[in-house]
Amino acid sequence: MLYREAGQFKSSYAEDQRIFPIRQDRVAFWALLVVAFVLVPLFGNQYWLGAMLTPFLIFALAALGLNILTGYAGQLSLGTAAFMAVGAFMSYNFILRMPWMGVIPAFILGGLCAAAVGIVFGLPSLRIKGFYLAVATLACQFFVLWALQRFGWFSNYSTSGVITAQNIVILGYAFDTPASKYLLTLTVVAVMALAAKNLMRSETGRAFMAVRDMDVAASVIGIPMMRTKLLAFAISSFYCGVAGALHAYTYLGTVEPEAYSLDLSFRILFMIIIGGVGSIMGSFLGAAFITLFPIFLNLASGWLAHALNIEISHATVSNLELIIFGGLIIFFLIVEPHGFARLWQIAKEKLRLWPFPH
Amino acid sequence: MGGFSFFLEVLAGGLLAGVMYSLVALGFVLIYKASGVFNFAQGSMVFFAALTFVSLLKLDWNFWLALLATLAVMVMLGLVTERVVLRPLVNQPPITLFMATIGLTFVLEGLSQLIWGSQPHGLELGIPDVPMEWLSQRANINISQFDLFAAAVAGGLVAVLAVFFHKTRIGRALRAVADDHQAALAVGIPLQHIWAIVWSVAGFVALVAGLLWGVRNGVQFALTFVALKALPVLLIGGFESIPGAIIGGLIIGATEKVAEVYFGPMVGGGIESWFAYVVALLFLLVRPEGLFGEKHIDRV
Repeated sequence: MLYREAGQFKSSYAEDQRIFPIRQDRVAFWALLVVAFVLVPLFGNQYWLGAMLTPFLIFALAALGLNILTGYAGQLSLGTAAFMAVGAFMSYNFILRMPWMGVIPAFILGGLCAAAVGIVFGLPSLRIKGFYLAVATLACQFFVLWALQRFGWFSNYSTSGVITAQNIVILGYAFDTPASKYLLTLTVVAVMALAAKNLMRSETGRAFMAVRDMDVAASVIGIPMMRTKLLAFAISSFYCGVAGALHAYTYLGTVEPEAYSLDLSFRILFMIIIGGVGSIMGSFLGAAFITLFPIFLNLASGWLAHALNIEISHATVSNLELIIFGGLIIFFLIVEPHGFARLWQIAKEKLRLWPFPH
Repeated sequence: MGGFSFFLEVLAGGLLAGVMYSLVALGFVLIYKASGVFNFAQGSMVFFAALTFVSLLKLDWNFWLALLATLAVMVMLGLVTERVVLRPLVNQPPITLFMATIGLTFVLEGLSQLIWGSQPHGLELGIPDVPMEWLSQRANINISQFDLFAAAVAGGLVAVLAVFFHKTRIGRALRAVADDHQAALAVGIPLQHIWAIVWSVAGFVALVAGLLWGVRNGVQFALTFVALKALPVLLIGGFESIPGAIIGGLIIGATEKVAEVYFGPMVGGGIESWFAYVVALLFLLVRPEGLFGEKHIDRV
């Protein structure tokens, strides 16, 4: 009853092209931002902020990057974690070797380095498609991790392979508490999500979608195939690179190759599949599910073991988690192949009519 | 020892290692060819099969009985997969099916370790993994007896599967299903049976691959990574070609070994994790469908 657009008239093009054309959506969105920026850091405890919300935001950013490439431009990639690793290691090196430049420019440069790597490994996409391309991007995953471990320059010749990330200091303010790190992450993610949303509504985004839907037809109507595909790889890798830098600096506090294994690439692919391929919102929903669900499962199994007073070994629990996780993925794919974003849309349609059937 | 005979030994070792990759790649090809699904769970199926077999042996089962039981388990797995995972996903885009098989991978990995435990096992098939004496005496080349056995098994499997796919009625039905689910259903091909058959056969191939890899590396969780080694083989051979899996395996095995021995030390080693992929990429730049993959004609 509350969710109605009756009486809201659009009298200018600017109003017509808003991201949230319905007033109730705008109110809800601003309320969400206020909660995220003000209430959560005020009342959230360290564990919530540091171990749940910050990784959620970082993975949402990485998922957003992959969604631009896979969901909008239709190029399947399994090298997401490698692009994140490039972003993290190059940011580390920029801060280490050019300390005067500041953290944020270093993150941006790290992202740009990831974009360069993305363009190089995106080149095969001009020639090959589908699963051939997906497997080819695995080359990126393995090669990048090998290079980062092999050549000492990247890790500043550290012997342990695990480097402590430098402190984040911006304009003299040190981001050292979970709450401040969370706020920094949130700001970066919010700005980049807004940019992505607008980019995908522009000519670039429409060109991506044309390539995704049928690349031969797209090239026939005059969309430059090479520029569009490589641009998709570059933008996507830039997002992933920045996400990787945030992952190292605001979440882990260390820069290490092991954090960016193939497993992470798959996790991020799951996020966009479960959240919704080709949807900015879906990246966030999927990231929330994949990040928070294992934590919830862990708590639940601990609680269950306590309630039933039985001793469950750690190995059993982790195996059970694997099974439930895999089963749920299959379940979601069967029930709603278009992900949470589609469910959200359906819910909104229903809400508009409620309580009337038509 | 001459440089040339050393080169021959490296080459032969590489070719035979490549055959082992082909065995795993075969499982991928089978399912892709017959259902258009890129089955990521093949690696965990190999692990599951090998672990089940070894655990049954540890329970003092007879060798052949254990083999039959494992085969039965793999066929059951194929049937269950068809019923629970594939049937509800008919006509979904390939990426959805691909994701579903990754989900299946998690389930299989969890399940096999939940049932049988996660400690590594050794496996013995009665064929010693030692160099053949007469060859090392005559030509000074060391080639393992077991490698030759594995190559023979792989060759036999490929011959049988190639005949099955091209000469039999079921084989033709399988290829029709791969082309277009809906069209195949429309002309009356029983999709469910076909998928059940092909997943069972893939389970059988996974069992063979699991046994041979199990003897070589021990039955342990790392077996699931074997699948990653098989992917470049697929790229070179083409996703739809059974002979391609063998040829691709030989190319990958040989170049990888030779590069590892002659080129690896120059960049500090460890190149085997990515070298195969780069070789595969170079092949793809020339032939985007792999050597034997079906040519794809794009229409608007």
